[in-house]
Amino acid sequence: MYNCSDLKKGLKLMVDGDPHVIVQYDFTKPGKGQALYKCKLRNMITGALFDRTYRSGESFEPAHLEERSMQYLYQDDTGYVFMDKKSFEQITLTEDTIGDDKYFLIDNMDVEILMFGERGIGISLPNFVNLRVTKADPWVKGDTAAGNSKPATVETGYTLQVPSFVEEGGLIQIDTRTGEYATRVKE
Amino acid sequence: MHHNWQLARRQPAIKKRARILHQIRAFFFNQGFLEVETPHRIPVNAPESAIEAVASGDWFLHTSPELCMKRLLAAGYDKIYQICRCWRAHERGARHLPEYTMLEWYHRGCDYRQLMRDCEQLLRFLTEGREKIHWQGHSLDLTLPWPRLTMTEAFDRYSSIPLKKISCPDHLSERISTDIEPNLPKNKPVFLVDYPSLQGSLARPKADDPAFVERFELYLGGMELANGFSELTDPQEQHRRFQHEEALRRAAGKAPLPLPEPFLKDLEHLGCAAGIALGIDRLVMILCDASTIDDIVCFTPEQT
Repeated sequence: MYNCSDLKKGLKLMVDGDPHVIVQYDFTKPGKGQALYKCKLRNMITGALFDRTYRSGESFEPAHLEERSMQYLYQDDTGYVFMDKKSFEQITLTEDTIGDDKYFLIDNMDVEILMFGERGIGISLPNFVNLRVTKADPWVKGDTAAGNSKPATVETGYTLQVPSFVEEGGLIQIDTRTGEYATRVKE
Repeated sequence: MHHNWQLARRQPAIKKRARILHQIRAFFFNQGFLEVETPHRIPVNAPESAIEAVASGDWFLHTSPELCMKRLLAAGYDKIYQICRCWRAHERGARHLPEYTMLEWYHRGCDYRQLMRDCEQLLRFLTEGREKIHWQGHSLDLTLPWPRLTMTEAFDRYSSIPLKKISCPDHLSERISTDIEPNLPKNKPVFLVDYPSLQGSLARPKADDPAFVERFELYLGGMELANGFSELTDPQEQHRRFQHEEALRRAAGKAPLPLPEPFLKDLEHLGCAAGIALGIDRLVMILCDASTIDDIVCFTPEQT
């Protein structure tokens, strides 16, 4: 079982009998008052989004979903297409199902598809992915101050803060759990 | 090139934080306060149903230095302050760390109104007389005095239910979180004053209405920054309130704890006094225009 201190973005739990994923999470607590755990949940089967607030002492059943190893092929009008490398069976997940994970999908990448019966209802990414920077301000020579940062956009359209020395065309590693820059990849 | 950029990139904020800590010490030194250090590891904290301490062997890490600091007041220290680490179990969010830095200061011979004036002066000192500062898109007007809004007025203004209808501490704190805090003005610091005696178990009752205590919270940009009150100095009443808080803890299934007897024993010598706790991390967030507490500490718990 999970308790309130396990709640965080991306956690999958059972709510009213269906698997749900936390898509937004906020902890609030007045100094002298009780904690409130504010979650935006997505029902992984129906896709419905709703807000729910939990209080200390509540517990949650983890959503144990069957996983299938598949390869990401491409995106088209219907959504994101994955293939089972053994059976060559293909399934399509909609953009709503994939959510922000879409920013970390690279062609031919191996991912785990979360299954509900025969339906894919979510994906589980590797912790780190390498993505190429497609847009960033140039590095001003001499800007070596520790901690300087700037926004950069990567090939999937995702924008994040990176160190000032990262340049357009470079390859960077991103932590898919936090969406943050991890390191520069040497080629 | 920095091997760990997530740590390296916070260096500008950490430099600013160090400067703020230095200025806070200068402010209290100039005002004649004595800086004290009291143990971080203590036999037991004041029982509070909504705050969970972290155990350290048979003892606990303090959730606030208040008990030791009030014992110093009772022993004749007049004006003292402390900057120290405090620990509160399971508190983690964009504005919470389970280990964080607290500033507390205490005066003998005055009440909570003096503490509010101290807050105004401290912020004016730290912002070097600037009338306006900017935090997360809000322009904060720091001109004095800052408005004092009673809890009764706040409920009349922002909540669908009047304050006097609320009789349970959890219900009160939930209404504060949902109805009051999100609606407080963001363009000016606000003191929320005169809390119901349901909340604030170490605060002195108001002379003209004992259903309320002389307690306030300071909000900047809608964020809770400090909690201060006139000290309750009646040992019997304090003992009764501690027992009540301890009963609430046990009813919630928490392990029983002894009462802080040395504190209760010293309390009768405290006399008229007031004290306040201010979250340094949140103050630094505002002065660095940071959106999360993670941006202004060297390490988050997840990076440690």
